[in-house]
Amino acid sequence: MLEIKNLHAELEDDGKKILKGVDLKLEPGKVHAIMGPNGSGKSTLSYVLSGRDGYEVTEGSATLDGEDILELEAEERAAAGLFLAFQYPVEIPGVGNMTFLRTAVNAQRKARGEEELSAADFLKVVRAKAKTLKIDGDMLKRPVNVGFSGGEKKRNEILQMAMLEPKMCILDETDSGLDVDAMKLVSEGVNALRDEGRSFLVITHYQRLLDHIKPDVVHIMAEGRIIKTGGPELALEVENNGYADLLAEMA
Amino acid sequence: MAVAETKNTQLVADIPVTTGWTLAAREDAKARLAAAGLPGRRDEYWKYTRPDAMTAAEAPAGEFVDYGEAPVFSEVDRLKIVFVDGVYDAAQSDDLSLEGVTIERLEDAASADIHWAQDLYGTLETAGQTPVARPLATLNTASAKDGILLNVAGKVSKPISLVYHYASDTSDAMLHHVVKLAEGAEITVLENGPAAARFNTVMEVDVADRASFHHVRTQGRQHVRNSATHIFARTGEESQFRSFTMTVNGTLTRNEVVLDIQGDNALAHVAGVAAGDGNAPQGYHHDDTVFVTHDAVNCESRQVFKKVLRNGATGVFQGKILVKPDAQKTDGYQISQGLLLDDDSNFLAKPELEIYADDVACSHGSTVGAIDDEALFYLRSRGVPAADAQDLLVLAFLAEAIDEVADEAIRELLLTRLEAWLARRRA
Ligand SMILES: Nc1ncnc2c1ncn2[C@@H]1O[C@H](COP(=O)(O)OP(=O)(O)OP(=O)(O)O)[C@@H](O)[C@H]1O
Ligand SMILES: [Mg+2]
Repeated sequence: MLEIKNLHAELEDDGKKILKGVDLKLEPGKVHAIMGPNGSGKSTLSYVLSGRDGYEVTEGSATLDGEDILELEAEERAAAGLFLAFQYPVEIPGVGNMTFLRTAVNAQRKARGEEELSAADFLKVVRAKAKTLKIDGDMLKRPVNVGFSGGEKKRNEILQMAMLEPKMCILDETDSGLDVDAMKLVSEGVNALRDEGRSFLVITHYQRLLDHIKPDVVHIMAEGRIIKTGGPELALEVENNGYADLLAEMA
Repeated sequence: MAVAETKNTQLVADIPVTTGWTLAAREDAKARLAAAGLPGRRDEYWKYTRPDAMTAAEAPAGEFVDYGEAPVFSEVDRLKIVFVDGVYDAAQSDDLSLEGVTIERLEDAASADIHWAQDLYGTLETAGQTPVARPLATLNTASAKDGILLNVAGKVSKPISLVYHYASDTSDAMLHHVVKLAEGAEITVLENGPAAARFNTVMEVDVADRASFHHVRTQGRQHVRNSATHIFARTGEESQFRSFTMTVNGTLTRNEVVLDIQGDNALAHVAGVAAGDGNAPQGYHHDDTVFVTHDAVNCESRQVFKKVLRNGATGVFQGKILVKPDAQKTDGYQISQGLLLDDDSNFLAKPELEIYADDVACSHGSTVGAIDDEALFYLRSRGVPAADAQDLLVLAFLAEAIDEVADEAIRELLLTRLEAWLARRRA
């Protein structure tokens, strides 16, 4: 599915090196988690993969089902099936949430040569999916994320993911800002999408989320690299002992 | 004549032959203009906009562009009144009869000795000359040969649609309209069309108690056009005044609105959207100059102006809210915003509040900015192509102003035009 090899990236502005040789391989249908100290480069990895401006890849590669995604525009990566649930979802005043969702779904369908969804069909699907995430009609009508609470924004990310049905989902701290019930809702939303053809890369600081979304593999990222890879027990180890031992091993 | 003597490179007020009841107003305007002179570059009120093209003896040549689109209000059920290069065209116009309103051409009506419009013609324009002079409007009062006179007695069932066609590249047109709404009357006036190479219009609107005046105007379809428009309105108790303008072309456009809120519990909204591309043959310069005076209790006024500018286009906003000492409970709002799609474009704003009453809620704001990169990336990361994403953000930026158009069908027509304008400008 997703294969990242020796990925190096720096900030375009000042040349600050952030990713220093990331290696990662996700098989279809698998859930991988990435944990790591603040500032280790987790969000940067997700941005570089999804095509945000401002980073320069200086070395290495990233492919999605064999296709070099680093050469693609952000929207092409999305159409190829990559999705990032943002750590900090963006507010867009003046653009209704529903318009936003429909524009996105239809843009991707168009890019893949599929028919656009009719307004009625679209509405039916959105309503059903929104309901399971406890997103009410008012939130669908309001401008994208404007005035949404932290948890509402995260639920809105998952709604977008559910509508777009990407094959490679990257979730960047989707659990932050969620109360216990919302965490369950969101996890159920994610688990409902788990499928043999779909993989997840779940960035989190807490074991809590991984209780709900059970990972197959856990990676520890530090200083722009994956320093350790293991099973679910690695997350428990971090939960109990923090990163000190792992970082010491690295040094 | 003082005007002619001082600068013979400038326009001279020229009173038409058939004047009848308008003669006194025209002579008065001519004298006022002679005393005040035409605007020049050093005038404070013309600090951001050069009046030269509007005051030159000869109109600079125009250039009309045909995109093959049907005119914007074609599908609206309306009474159409057509002017070609500023001259009324009976053949293309509808019959000038509609329940609730009497409709006359200024040129036809002017031969009479007395007329209902006599108390208004030039009167609201004159009142609007203080505290700031607006000489182009005075010139218009003196010289305009034609225009439309609407005497609105009741609720008029469909809009009066003034359409300004264009035939000659050197047309120099001046129109003077007068609209009088009786108590409780209601009318919508639409204006559109490429107009003329140089276009100077004045509309004087008298809105009586509980009357309601709606005005929607588009200015487009001609890249090279120099125009100055003035709306002078006074409004009565519990009345409504709404005026919206969308401008997508024009070398120079100066739209002035002077509103005098005289009756209590009234509402007055003025809004505009300007979309400008400096790559047009002679560029794009758009100026909204608005002056709202609150002279009554418990009235609401809104000014909402948004401009999206690219390739060296310039947008100007000069807006003022003046609250007189007795105008308590005034709710005045003013926002002007520029969205610059590149580093070459300019948005210049001069928002002003002058308040002499103590129990009022007035706010004003002015911002200038670029497309939000974060929002653009967010949209693209969801699969929306960059160009579509940008258009979506531009329309979102303009939305607050467009929402000022109360009629949904007309709002949709305007949006369609804007979308087409944006689409034509994609790289
Ligand atoms: N645009 C930027 N300008 C300056 N520094 C940046 C920028 N983007 C990232 N960085 C820096 O790069 C490093 C990695 O940031 P990143 O956001 O990827 O960390 P993270 O692992 O996601 O952290 P957290 O767990 O706190 O979310 C940090 O030191 C951050 O300050
Ligand atoms: Mg992060």
